[in-house]
Amino acid sequence: MRDTADILRLENLQVHFPIQGGLFDRVLGRPSGAVRAVDGIDLTIGRGEIVALVGESGSGKTTVGRVITKLAQPTGGNLLFDGRDMSSERGASPLRPYRRRVQMIFQDAYQALNPRHTVFDIVAEPLRSLRLVENDAQLTERVSEALTGAGLNPPGDFFARFPHELSGGQRQRVVIAGALAVKPELIVADEPVSMLDVSIRAQILQVLVDLRDKHNMALLFITHDLPLAWLIADRIAVLYLGKLVEIGSADDITYNPRHPYTVALLNATPQIGGDADRGKLPALQGEVPSAARVPKGCRFHPRCPLAFDRCRQEEPPANEVGPRHMSACWLAK
Amino acid sequence: MTNSFQNKAPLLEVDRLSVDYGLKGNSLRAIDGVSFVLRAGEAVALVGESGSGKTTTAMAIAGLLSPNARVSEGVVRYRGERLPIDDDAAMRPHRWSETSVVFQGAMNALNPVHRIVKQIAEPCMLKLGMSRAEATARAKELLELVGIPADRGAAYPHELSGGMRQRVMIAMALACRPSIIIGDEPTTALDVITQAQILKLLGELRSQLNLALILITHDLSVVAECCDRVMIMYSGRIVEDGTVAEIFADPKHPYTKLLIDSIPNPANGKKMIRPIPGDPPNLVNRPSGCAFHPRCPSAMAVCTTEVPSLDKFGQGRVACHLHQSLQNKVTVHA
Repeated sequence: MRDTADILRLENLQVHFPIQGGLFDRVLGRPSGAVRAVDGIDLTIGRGEIVALVGESGSGKTTVGRVITKLAQPTGGNLLFDGRDMSSERGASPLRPYRRRVQMIFQDAYQALNPRHTVFDIVAEPLRSLRLVENDAQLTERVSEALTGAGLNPPGDFFARFPHELSGGQRQRVVIAGALAVKPELIVADEPVSMLDVSIRAQILQVLVDLRDKHNMALLFITHDLPLAWLIADRIAVLYLGKLVEIGSADDITYNPRHPYTVALLNATPQIGGDADRGKLPALQGEVPSAARVPKGCRFHPRCPLAFDRCRQEEPPANEVGPRHMSACWLAK
Repeated sequence: MTNSFQNKAPLLEVDRLSVDYGLKGNSLRAIDGVSFVLRAGEAVALVGESGSGKTTTAMAIAGLLSPNARVSEGVVRYRGERLPIDDDAAMRPHRWSETSVVFQGAMNALNPVHRIVKQIAEPCMLKLGMSRAEATARAKELLELVGIPADRGAAYPHELSGGMRQRVMIAMALACRPSIIIGDEPTTALDVITQAQILKLLGELRSQLNLALILITHDLSVVAECCDRVMIMYSGRIVEDGTVAEIFADPKHPYTKLLIDSIPNPANGKKMIRPIPGDPPNLVNRPSGCAFHPRCPSAMAVCTTEVPSLDKFGQGRVACHLHQSLQNKVTVHA
């Protein structure tokens, strides 16, 4: 693959949270375990590429986003940004250049905005704290530019408003404007539209796609919603219990899934007027196991309708099943 | 396309129901003249965005409106008899045994310090006059019915997953053999696979127990999976009502059309989604005339001044001036 084009590369990335055992366990010398939230992920994001990271709750998708934005520290593997290993970088000032280049959009625009700050101050804050402007005129210009980019027109009308004066869609636009203000090269968006009304979602998605088209910004779009991922992303990575089970183009994942978990997710997704492909596999039983007790072998085997002996013993590697299409399943060849 | 429920006697009739919320001396109309009929065994969805009045409608029917809400107009009838929906004490005999509600946040709706079997047994003792032993036996039966092994009854809510907790909520709702279940976004907080399991369960229980279902949701695609009829609400009014097949194949109201177009649908392969311009209106300044007119691509002069009535159109109903003028023309020429 074109190494130079990748803005971000995750190599065997791991985040294990240690479990503090009780006093009794410690006295008895019982081994304390770990929650394997992210358990060895390989993923690349190209410049100007939109990659969707899809998974259920507890799959580790948010932790991946937090590691990329350096809000959490990986316990293993590498995080390469523009060719440089960032996995062990920490501290506010060494990370300042990185934070300019990588920004995050959170799910809940109600909580992400300080209710006592005006829209102007919210959007200006990253510019000030990362020291990207020299004077007030420049600051106003950059804030205006960011608000316009997020679809808040005319920007001047919003400067003095407070978050409570805005609708849900406008609030999410302010969050986006804040991320956009520093002109990042990669945005990590964690469920950016799941709190919004359906009629507003398309507007926000359009803003994100425009950013890519106009500024060649890369986007990691974290979601639990496969149809949404299909709509916005170039590629989709499906995460199950801390590990990627399938990666491929949005169309390959949606129309030609090669992992039983992806198939199950697609089957379970309610759809308008589309049931032609349903019923190929029985619906999944049970729920995602705890990341503190990851099943042996293929971690999906206890719920997999196609599991056989090998799946219970050996963990399947990521097999190439097509051009840029990988599936971690013993049956996918 | 005929609706197989049309011949049955109405189980629940909601007749021009309006609810106002008092707020700092002002009163806000949350729902405005909502009328519909629910028949035994029928599954109807109330779909709308936040502020559309779907939850207020459902809570009014269940007699669970908040203290600052007032039923200002209209009646709700159950099997022909008027329900005292604005009188908490008088409503008590009707709750659980006629209409039960399954709420969205199962973790908040369950008591964290009681074992689940006890929580399910409680309405059986209070409402059906069962002894503790009888009620416990009934609770275990109900757990099995919703797919939880009876011995899990000893668990506390925090020991169960989100999907299991929602099953417990459903078991509780069924305890006093109601004929109507109101599901207020019952699967919204769940993962897709769990959501599919719960929707399947609701469908099975419906046919097994001949339950009527009112499903409150913002998600049209969920409706496609499990309902017979869907009513689209916008700013406190029903704007369209029809069978699921009709609504999806041939939506009449511009809002319904745009709503369907704004849902990504890999089944039709089209990656283009059309954003609906503007924001949903708030209740404080609801637009004049048709509340959707500021966002409507087909708005006419009349839409800004007159509220369109919800008139019969084909098999369903639609509240839109476009269709009213259309139908008037048809009658003139006929």
